[in-house]
Amino acid sequence: MRETAIRVEGLSKRFGSVLAVNGLDLEVPAGIIFGFLGPNGSGKTTTINLLLGLLEPSGGRAEVLGLDVATEADDVRANTGALLEHSGIYEQMSADENLEYFGRIYRMSTAERDGRIRELLEQMGLWDRRAERAGTWSRGMQQKLAVARALLHRPAVVFLDEPTAGLDVVAASALREDLANLVANEGATVFLTTHNMAEAERLCDRVAVVRNGELLAVGHPDEIRARAGGPHLEVFGDSFSQQALTRLREQPSVASVVQQNGHLSVQLQESADTAELVSLLVEAGVRIEEVRRGQASLEEAFLAMMEEEECSLTS
Amino acid sequence: MLTDVLTVAWKEQKTQLRQPGGKWRSLLNLIIPFGFIGLYGPFSDADWVESPFVAIMCTIFSMVFLITTIPDSFAGERERHTLPTLLASRLPDPAIILGKLIVAIGYGWGVVMLALLVGLVTANVVHWDQAPLMYAPRILFPAVILSLLSASLIALAGVLVSLRAATVQGATQTLVTALMLPGVALQVLGVVVLSQPAWRAGMRQGLDSLDFVRVALTVILVLIVLDVLLLAAAMARFQRSKLISQ
Repeated sequence: MRETAIRVEGLSKRFGSVLAVNGLDLEVPAGIIFGFLGPNGSGKTTTINLLLGLLEPSGGRAEVLGLDVATEADDVRANTGALLEHSGIYEQMSADENLEYFGRIYRMSTAERDGRIRELLEQMGLWDRRAERAGTWSRGMQQKLAVARALLHRPAVVFLDEPTAGLDVVAASALREDLANLVANEGATVFLTTHNMAEAERLCDRVAVVRNGELLAVGHPDEIRARAGGPHLEVFGDSFSQQALTRLREQPSVASVVQQNGHLSVQLQESADTAELVSLLVEAGVRIEEVRRGQASLEEAFLAMMEEEECSLTS
Repeated sequence: MLTDVLTVAWKEQKTQLRQPGGKWRSLLNLIIPFGFIGLYGPFSDADWVESPFVAIMCTIFSMVFLITTIPDSFAGERERHTLPTLLASRLPDPAIILGKLIVAIGYGWGVVMLALLVGLVTANVVHWDQAPLMYAPRILFPAVILSLLSASLIALAGVLVSLRAATVQGATQTLVTALMLPGVALQVLGVVVLSQPAWRAGMRQGLDSLDFVRVALTVILVLIVLDVLLLAAAMARFQRSKLISQ
């Protein structure tokens, strides 16, 4: 089995004066869900279009399943599935017909196609409504159908461009669950773009963070979170006196203390003893209601990275 | 390749009548050619089956049918956001274009051919005393070939326009405008010629001496050349990188 599904070296794409993708270097191992994170306009969709051979790179090169996206684009598209910015569902056709069309496109035999359509629609809970016109469905159902279409021909690599964008919380959660189950069953490599950090944290084995077409970080979500700093403590209560805050700041295990919205946010060194710090606060007269210790979330890490990038751009 | 063309054609025929307003548009596209070629013409005169008007009507109606349907080919996919997904599939470029063309031309030309058949039945029923009536070969051949080639011409021009248009309405307007220009130019030329007695007499003499078969063959040859050129232009214009970034 191939170890690397996607390899990108110095990939760039320029539209006139805008550099949408700027010297991107990536390696996506096979069989994982890879999250490609970035704010709007950071070059996520352009990168997918480049990897599908739909756009010609301005510089660098990319390989999907060992196939060069510039010279072997037809083969790349034959071995991949895609859910792009829009679901791409033919609303005049039924769910069944939509999948049949793509089954025919990928030259699946009638028996194979019918079996696979049933399998996917049943897993997605859409089988009973397969004969209905897709245009009459909710956006969530259409997205599920689009995911089924992307996986129909059992592609080795699936590109999903913000699959849960525009869905309500319930529909997004259901789609994420279906997606995770399907990927676990199929063993495909999924290249997923999103700006929903909770989604990336929950689904992805590895993530890359991009901004203005440039790669800021890549690694396991835990590694990205760790970049935002060590553990931190949230202390809720009252009577946060100046003396208490000063004593806390004097502790060698405390990196910083910020009082905000009626609680303390304490950035700690890795070796910090939480119980000792809580005792210190109580002794200083602080009335504590709740204490939470944890790592920065992926969203916090992402925002910190965006801030750092913003600072380096303005300085 | 043929399998891919037929796959696209399969989808096109599924959605042809399901577009918004598609049924009404199709009904109108049926009523007019059937009314003229299938009923009015053969009703009015038994000589209809030998009239050059049969070929002219077939040509005009097949073109009109295509003008109303072909702008949807790519602009419709773009408008409904299905084009990027289609382009991201494994379908080869020619298969996408040819699959769409085959269905569009097939519908337009097929309707006219059916109307032609209905017209023959009508002529034999209405003028039963002169039956059996049959289209003269010098009329039937140009009617079949001219309508096919002119339908193809409009379909190819429509695909060229539709490939770059943002909306179906925009594509239709551009196509109609492009087709109206030669018509308007011909009308202006006609008015100018008819305003001069000497030119008018010359034109009448020229028309009287026209051999319909020779004219039809010349037109057929010109249409074949135009169709081939437009097909090559459509293939060249179909570039995924340009279509995806529009």
